[in-house]
Amino acid sequence: MAVANSIPMESKKVHKHQSKSRRIVMGIIFLLVAAVIWFVFINGTDASALTTFNMTPGGSATVMSDWAFSTTKVLSILAVLCAVAGAYQLILGFQNLTNGILGLVAVMFIFSFLTWASSGGSLNLAGLLRVTVVRAVPLTLGAMAGILCERSGTVNIAIEGMMLIAAFVSTVFASLTNLWIGMLSGILAGALVAYIHGVLTIKYKVDHTISGTVINIFATGITSFLSSKFIQKTEFQYLNEPGMFPQVDIPILSKIPFVGPILFSHNLYVYAMFLLVPFLTVMVFSTRWGLRLRSVGEHPKAADTLGINVIKTRYMGVILGGMMAGFAGTYFTLGSSGRFDELLTAGRGFISLAAMIFGNYHPVGAMGAGLLFGFFDSLSAKASILKVPIPSDFLGMMPYLATIIVLAGVVGKSNAPAAEGKAYEKESL
Amino acid sequence: MEKQKQVQKRQSATAIFFDELSKSPGLITFLAILTGIIISGLLVAATTVEVYEAFSVSFFHGMGEIFKTAWSTYSSLFLGAFGNPKTIITAVQGGDALAIRRAINPFFESLVQSTPYIFAGLSVALGFRVGLFNIGAEGQIFIGALTSVYAGYAITGLPAFIHIPIALLAGALGGALWGFVPGFLKAKTGAHEVIITIMMNYIAFKFTDFMINGPMQDPNEYTPKTPWIQESAQLTRFFEDPIRFHLGFFVALAVAFVIYWLLFKTTWGFELRTVGSNPNGARYAGINTTRSTIIAMSLAGSLAGLAGANEVLGLNHRLVPSFSSGYGFDSIALALLGKNHPFGVVLSALLFGFLRNGSRQMQLKSGVPIDIVSILQALILAFIAAPAIIRTIFRLKKPEIEEESIKVGGWGGN
Repeated sequence: MAVANSIPMESKKVHKHQSKSRRIVMGIIFLLVAAVIWFVFINGTDASALTTFNMTPGGSATVMSDWAFSTTKVLSILAVLCAVAGAYQLILGFQNLTNGILGLVAVMFIFSFLTWASSGGSLNLAGLLRVTVVRAVPLTLGAMAGILCERSGTVNIAIEGMMLIAAFVSTVFASLTNLWIGMLSGILAGALVAYIHGVLTIKYKVDHTISGTVINIFATGITSFLSSKFIQKTEFQYLNEPGMFPQVDIPILSKIPFVGPILFSHNLYVYAMFLLVPFLTVMVFSTRWGLRLRSVGEHPKAADTLGINVIKTRYMGVILGGMMAGFAGTYFTLGSSGRFDELLTAGRGFISLAAMIFGNYHPVGAMGAGLLFGFFDSLSAKASILKVPIPSDFLGMMPYLATIIVLAGVVGKSNAPAAEGKAYEKESL
Repeated sequence: MEKQKQVQKRQSATAIFFDELSKSPGLITFLAILTGIIISGLLVAATTVEVYEAFSVSFFHGMGEIFKTAWSTYSSLFLGAFGNPKTIITAVQGGDALAIRRAINPFFESLVQSTPYIFAGLSVALGFRVGLFNIGAEGQIFIGALTSVYAGYAITGLPAFIHIPIALLAGALGGALWGFVPGFLKAKTGAHEVIITIMMNYIAFKFTDFMINGPMQDPNEYTPKTPWIQESAQLTRFFEDPIRFHLGFFVALAVAFVIYWLLFKTTWGFELRTVGSNPNGARYAGINTTRSTIIAMSLAGSLAGLAGANEVLGLNHRLVPSFSSGYGFDSIALALLGKNHPFGVVLSALLFGFLRNGSRQMQLKSGVPIDIVSILQALILAFIAAPAIIRTIFRLKKPEIEEESIKVGGWGGN
């Protein structure tokens, strides 16, 4: 117990000690970004070159005229801004604003990259951002599933498996009945798998990561097994025709040029993400329910002393997380592809896990990370039309590299719940 | 009176025997495998239309059909893994060399399938011994394959007995690099190795994809493939076609022995195991846990890298995009089944290799999808990880000494 008490204090001390070196490291990073923009991007472009961004995604009714500007001028402004930020950070430091400024510099860097890469040509910026939002949906929902589980103290590496099973179940039920029942069945399937995870980790005290691995292997096996035995065969084809939720344009909002088609012209899953993020933020961080949920993940013994049922609360967190993962799983079939194929989640459950850590176990952060990963995802799909010979594989690596960098503490430590992954045993009297 | 006492004594002797048996960890392993096989068999039966048709005739017909389905599934799996004795006997009597090779091929093919499992299983097991969860074996396998195939085709003019070790070593070094990164970050910054190795997996997949689509693509091919490796880098095969059994299997056994010796017969291995079982104690005892973590993770990576090298040097002789094997993920279950002991790993690798090879034949013969093996592996792993389930099902007693269980803990290095 004494050891457990001393840990937070120790880490705080380390944090204070590191803050000076961190200030300098950040300043140097900002200056490096400025240098790259100046020496690589500006030097590599013709002074008279123009960059054109198309501001209307393909197939949209709301039109906005293209945006053309001088490449080098915009790049110079961005480089100077980054350099100023770097100098200020080195000398005085942004203190608490550092992470926000870092985000800003990152956005400026990405923007200058796009400007440079499409100089002399055109890039459909609106289309790129629209796809970014769509790609962010499963990642953000999956990350929120992780937040519910992990805030209550259970490591959930099984988001991928829960998604797969929910995707499969929702396909079959939606094919037999309708989309809404299909979605509901997927959510319930997620809850059921999460319950198994809960029994293994909370009751049988199996290591959380191993239990998650079991579920992932099992989910891969059972969905592929049933898929190739039944729904991929022609005589059972009717079980694999669930249909898809249609795109719904939000009145008025979807008519806003540029922003409308990007944000307000999607199917239900995108809107669900926009609503669930603030809802979950309030629930987890501003209600008594949320405080209890977090307390069993941070310090179960103290929570128990105050009369909170640790075991029950942990089950609740895991099952709610499973329902969220199930909802995310139904996105793949009912919101994206309209049919089930083996392993269609393609590792997105694991990436959501990264998005969760990247977003520091907070729904808003998770959505930010989801959007960032979604951006690289959609950019790597467009890499071939960029003028610059950067292989799409390298753009595709970006989210993973970013996660590693975050985890390694370069961008600030993510704060995992303290009692996460530890079984709770009530002390007998 | 005396007789009664004797009976009592005899009873207690059998009782003691069963008592001890029920407590032995080997029994749990055996029952875990058995229960997994039974449940998978029931699952196959439950998804077979004929079973339901038979149940509509009568209950006994239904039960009979269940046994028939399970039997045909597992017998085709068994014959697929070991070969059909009847075919072997006929072939031997016929005396045709090619027919004999074909008949005994399934058995050797199973050994071929087991070989990467041994390497990857050792990699995961070594990680667990040091308290690290190496979920990144898959990525390390990819990088190992990449580096070894490069050494295999780019270096020319060497005799085989030099070229083969160099190519293997290249694979080991590639994997070691991929293991070093998470090990270093874990030791220096506390970043959790599970998430880092998962990220490293994706980077490895993308990087391999890039290399065989670009710098390492065979210029004579339109599709992305690396050039063939030199003949001198190919792991020696012991029989003619179609038997692919090669030197890699014995290399794997030798490596397993070396790892056993390292872990259990050297001071350094003792230090590693101490770090795994009691990191705080290890630190008090003056063991450099930072160094142990980094070295262990690099070594684990090099073992997985050898698995990749083994595949390209022994079987494919070039690297193609569909190289993805799944060996790395399976080996997590495998290492736990083998109790993270090198010899246990070899045994469970053989089991997994035979299952993998047999399941193909099973899919062809009885139409049961190959994925049933994943389900079986997941069930076995669940029962091994939660022995309490097996004890409840079979009403076994709890052992007095708590078995060592693997703890990985949460993210963020707590």
